[in-house]
Amino acid sequence: MNNVCIPPAFIFIIGAFLIPFLSGKARSTYVVLLPVAGFINLISIPMGTLMTVPFLDYTLTLVRIDRLSLAFGYIFHIISFITLIYILHVKKNLEYVAGFIYAGAALGTIFAGDLFTFFVFWETLTVGSVMLIWARGTKASASAGFRYLMIHVTGGLSLLAGIVMMVMKTGSIKFGFIGLTDAASWFIFMGIGVNCAWPFLHTWLTDAYPEATIGGTVFLSAFTTKTAIYALARAYPGTELLIWIGVGMAAFPIFFAVIENDLRRVLAYSLVNQVGFMVVGIGIGSELAINGAVAHAFNDILFKGLLFMSMGAVMYRTGKIKATDLGGLYKSMPWTAAFCIVGAASISAFPFFSGFVSKSMVMSAAGNHHMIAVWLVLLFASAGVFHHAGIKIPFFAFFGHDAGHRVKEAPTHMLIAMGLAAFLCIFNGTFYKPLYSILPYAANYEPYTLSHIVSQTELLFYSALAFTLLLLSGIYPAEMRAINIDFDWFYRKPLNALEALCSRIFNSINRFCDRVFVKTLTGQINGFAVNATTKLTNGLLSPVFRANAKKSAEDENSTSPEQAMPCGADVEKAFSTGTSPIGIFAACAGLMIVVMYFFA
Amino acid sequence: MFDNPKNVKRLLAIFFTSVVILFIMDFFVHKHAHFPWENWPVFYAIFGFVACVLLVLVSRYILRPLVKRKEDYYE
Repeated sequence: MNNVCIPPAFIFIIGAFLIPFLSGKARSTYVVLLPVAGFINLISIPMGTLMTVPFLDYTLTLVRIDRLSLAFGYIFHIISFITLIYILHVKKNLEYVAGFIYAGAALGTIFAGDLFTFFVFWETLTVGSVMLIWARGTKASASAGFRYLMIHVTGGLSLLAGIVMMVMKTGSIKFGFIGLTDAASWFIFMGIGVNCAWPFLHTWLTDAYPEATIGGTVFLSAFTTKTAIYALARAYPGTELLIWIGVGMAAFPIFFAVIENDLRRVLAYSLVNQVGFMVVGIGIGSELAINGAVAHAFNDILFKGLLFMSMGAVMYRTGKIKATDLGGLYKSMPWTAAFCIVGAASISAFPFFSGFVSKSMVMSAAGNHHMIAVWLVLLFASAGVFHHAGIKIPFFAFFGHDAGHRVKEAPTHMLIAMGLAAFLCIFNGTFYKPLYSILPYAANYEPYTLSHIVSQTELLFYSALAFTLLLLSGIYPAEMRAINIDFDWFYRKPLNALEALCSRIFNSINRFCDRVFVKTLTGQINGFAVNATTKLTNGLLSPVFRANAKKSAEDENSTSPEQAMPCGADVEKAFSTGTSPIGIFAACAGLMIVVMYFFA
Repeated sequence: MFDNPKNVKRLLAIFFTSVVILFIMDFFVHKHAHFPWENWPVFYAIFGFVACVLLVLVSRYILRPLVKRKEDYYE
C-alpha cells in the first residue's frame, strides 16, 4: 500500500521556517494554530498508511501509521499545542523555531518506517533540543548544552554503526522488531539507550534540562525520552534486560531527588524515574505491559509537562528555582499552585488522576509474571515519587517557610496552558476509556477496583505520613545551597583533569620541538647551507693565503692595494656576491667533480 | 491561610484522622493479590511508611555526604 499524505513532521519542520517572517499577534496565532493543523492532518491519515518514496537503491517509508505510532503522534501534537501556548511571552523567534523543529523531528522519528528516515529525524531531535538549551543564553546553559550535544552525538554514532551493520547484513532498511541478537542490534540498543536516559547514561538529562529556557524544558521533557520509549517498544519489546534497566531507572533517581535543591532538577530526576516504569513495561513485553508503557508515556508527557510549567511560571515571576529561595508562593500564585498540585497528584498516581490508570498497568503486568523483586522496587519507587515529586515540589515552592516573594500570578497564557494540561490529567485519570482505546493493544484492564483504590491510597497516605513526621521531627534533610555530583562527575572532573594533563604533556613536547627543530636546528642548517662552500674553500686555500700573506709582508712598501694578493675575507665576499674569480670558481667546480666521483 | 498555626493544626488533624480511617478500612477490603503478602493487613500502609523513612534516611545520611559539593564546584 502506498498512500500519499502530508508527513506530520513536515508540517512542523517546514512550518518552523515561516516563523521568522511573522511577528506580534500574527506570529502568536500562527504558532498556536500550527499544531492544530498538524493534528487535523494526522487524524485525516487512515490507519495502516505506509507512505513510501524511492531513494537510491532503497525505498524509504516516511509515514507508517499503526496503533503504536499513532498513540505517540496524538500526544506529541497535544503537548506541542499546550507548550506553544505556554511560551507565548517569548519575544525571540529562536525558541519557537527550535521547538517546532524538535517536535517535528520527534514526529518524524515515530512515524518513520525505515531505519534511514528514523536516523535522520533522530539526529534532528538533538539539533532542535540543544538549541532550546542554548537559548537560555547563560554560561551554564552553554556548557551544559555542549555536554548534551557530545553525549547525543556519541549515542547517534552508536545507532548509525548499528544501522549500517544491520543493513549490510540483511540488505533491508525496514524498521521493525530487532531484538538483542548480534553486534548490530546491540549498537542500536545502546544508541536508543542514551536518549532513554538509562542509568549512567542519564546525566545529560539531569545536567541539561534544568539549564534550558523556561519553555524549553517543557518541550524537552516531552520528546527525547518518549521517542526512545517508542523506539524500544517498536524494536525491543520483551527484552529481559530492559526490565532490570527500568528497575534501576525507577529506583536510583528518587534518592538524588530528595536531596536536590534545584526544583527543576528534582523534576528531571523524577522524569528518569517515570521513564523507568515505561522501560520495565517494554521489557516485560506482554500486551498489558506494552499498553501500560505507552499509556504511562502519554500521561507522563502531560503531568511532567504540567509540573515543569508550574516551576517555569515560578521561575518566570520570582527569578528563583532553588528550594532554599522559595516558599509561601500559594499566596501570590494560587492558580499555579493548584495546577502544580494536580500535576503532583497525577505523577503520584492518586485515584482519579492520570498516573493511577497507567502506572498500575505496568505494576500489574509485573505482578502477573510473578516478578517479585521488580514489583517490590516499583512499589518502592511509587512511594518515593510521591515523596519527592508529589510532596516536595509543591511544598517547597508554594508552602513551607514563606520566602517573602510577593509577585503577580503567572501570565494568562501560562495559566491556560497549565489549565489544559491539568484538565487532561484529571480527565485521563477519571475517564480512562478514551486513553485506553488508543493504546497499541485492546485494553481490558480495570484500574478502579476497590482493592486498588484502597491499597494505592494507603501507600500514598502513609508515605505522606512519613514525610510529615520526618519534617516535624527535623530529620527530613533541610534544603541546602549545594549541588550533588552524579555520574557526570566522571567526565566533568577526571576527564577534564586528563585533558589538562594531556595538554601539559603534549604542549611541552611541542614547545621543546619548536625550540630544537624550528628555532635552533633550522637556523644552523640554513647557516651551513649558506656558508659551507665559503668555509670549505677558505680551508682548502689557506696554504695559498698564508703564502700570499708572507709575500705581501716582504714587499710591504712596493705593493699598492689594487695589487694585493687575495685573502680569506675576499673569498667570503666573492662567494656571497657571486663574483668569485674564474680561477677559484674553476677550482671549486673541479673539487665538486672530485667529491662527486668519490661519493656518487 | 497557613500562617495561622490553628489552620495548620486543623489540617494535620484531618490528615491524621484519614490515616487512621484508612488503617481501619484496610481490614474490610478484599484484595486482588498477585503476591501473598498483599493480603497481610495494612501491608501497603507499612510498606509506604517504611519505604519513605528508608528513602529519607539513606538520602540524608549516606548519599548526601558522598555527593554534596559547593555550588561553584564545577566552575
